[in-house]
Amino acid sequence: MADVKKIATRQAFGEFLAEYGAERKDLIAMSADLSGSNKTDIFEKAYPERFIEAGISEQDMLAEAAGIAHSGHVVAASSFAMFAAGRGYEIIRNSIAHTNANVKVCATHGGITVGEDGASHQTFEDIALMRVLPGMTVINPADAVSTKILLREEFEREGCAYIRLGRAGVPVVYDENADIRIGKAMTLKEGSDVAVIATGIMVAAALEAAENLAAEGISARVIDMHTIKPIDEDAIIKAASECKGIVTAEEHSVIGGLGGAVAEVTAAKSPCRIAMVGQHDCFGESGKPAELLEKYGMTATDIVSAAKSLL
Amino acid sequence: MLKTVQELNEIARKVRIDALKGIHAAGAGHPGGSLSVTDILVSLYFNVMNVDPENPDMQGRDRLILSKGHAAPALYATLAHRGFFDTSELLTLRKLGSRLQGHPSMELCPGVEMSTGSLGQGFSVAVGMAIADKIDGIDRKTFVVTGDGELQEGLIWEAALSAASHGLNNLIAVVDWNNLQIDGRVDDVKKVDPIDAKFAAFGWETFVCSGHDMQELLDTYQKALSVTDKPVCIVAKTIKGCGVSFMEDKAGWHGKAPDDEQLAQAISELGGDR
Repeated sequence: MADVKKIATRQAFGEFLAEYGAERKDLIAMSADLSGSNKTDIFEKAYPERFIEAGISEQDMLAEAAGIAHSGHVVAASSFAMFAAGRGYEIIRNSIAHTNANVKVCATHGGITVGEDGASHQTFEDIALMRVLPGMTVINPADAVSTKILLREEFEREGCAYIRLGRAGVPVVYDENADIRIGKAMTLKEGSDVAVIATGIMVAAALEAAENLAAEGISARVIDMHTIKPIDEDAIIKAASECKGIVTAEEHSVIGGLGGAVAEVTAAKSPCRIAMVGQHDCFGESGKPAELLEKYGMTATDIVSAAKSLL
Repeated sequence: MLKTVQELNEIARKVRIDALKGIHAAGAGHPGGSLSVTDILVSLYFNVMNVDPENPDMQGRDRLILSKGHAAPALYATLAHRGFFDTSELLTLRKLGSRLQGHPSMELCPGVEMSTGSLGQGFSVAVGMAIADKIDGIDRKTFVVTGDGELQEGLIWEAALSAASHGLNNLIAVVDWNNLQIDGRVDDVKKVDPIDAKFAAFGWETFVCSGHDMQELLDTYQKALSVTDKPVCIVAKTIKGCGVSFMEDKAGWHGKAPDDEQLAQAISELGGDR
């Protein structure tokens, strides 16, 4: 897939903010000393009066975001996923989720593809932390196109959400007219032997894996579970009942992440075998994103192996 | 219609009694910090803040966030006496289905501007509200009431930096300085004194006053309201458990309900039900 166009979802987020800011005069964007990295600087240049620099104070940014939202604004509060969801967890819980503040926590640099910064900056826990919060929508887009579509739908709604975005460029898998809706999984490829339910950057890997499996005569369904919460139970139950097993693929801990979420649905409603591709209860380390994905088992090859283990 | 100091003191007396009755009925709650913050809340809600109990969401109203949310019984009793809801509801405090949750809930209780209880967060939320008013060009005040023990939360100081950086002359913080927290004296557990010097160093205007002398509180608010270039912190010296001899200055009464006998004595000391 070397010739495929790659764009980081954080870039799409920054562009979306600036575009959407023209329509929504009540949109406020906040950053905690990372506006160049999380791309809120694109919004800042267009609307400096509606951009708030919180400094290196993620907790303060998030609590202030709640106060601004409860004053009648929609707020995009952005930092690295590690510090937004991790350090900010209890603020998000009590001041944002519990009050259903109209705050969209837009967390960039999720997962291991943060790369060289190493373990302190690579979070595999954020989806788990956010999805356990009542009323919190959790979105993990696969590419730049779906990022913009899902952000627009989310920002049109009232209430809190966590949107996980990445640092590294990822292949564009959707065309701009794709009918993508929050809470509705996208079946990108039909298949009947095994279903690969992927989220975030692992969607492109899943599509690659499906091609490789097809070459070996194995029919793999590929589902983009861009919304982790509320999760599309119907798509999961259908996959569980129509295929021999499910592979989940995420750039996140399989504990509490997509793997856990899918298993919760199947265990209750349509038991099936599941193989989970993701971070397996360990911290990361420094390295190039591609090297890390390979070392920690989050590549198309790992999805192929997982699929075969179910057949 | 502004109240006289005598009238404010009478309201505060009733608020203290009603707060204690609610805590007694619930069998749980925080009497110490409720009694210490009562005069601060009563003076603000009756003589300083622009609020309309008939229309709690009134445009342009002043807002108050009780960041020390465990003093909810005092806030509820103040709101009830101000007319936001009937005082009879105060006895539902902490009971299943009540609008008067153990810590304030903005979804449920009229007049509550922010759900609080997790210390430090209300202070930072208030900074956010004051920032929003600057962006929106709304001329009003945001008040935030915090405990002195609460100042041990790092978030307070992150937010204090923000408030000064943004030049929030529309934000007034009042510290209920009773020098007690659950584990003992604030000075012993983790010293925050001198509070005024710390806020001054963080770029705030500061005033120190009695938190139980209504006239002094009112005078200090007037001084605070006349500050035009920075946020203001009022450090109000209070007595935890103020008004009830056996609760006064006792850490043990931070989060404990009085029994029947203790309630009767407390009400008697507060001048009785009249």
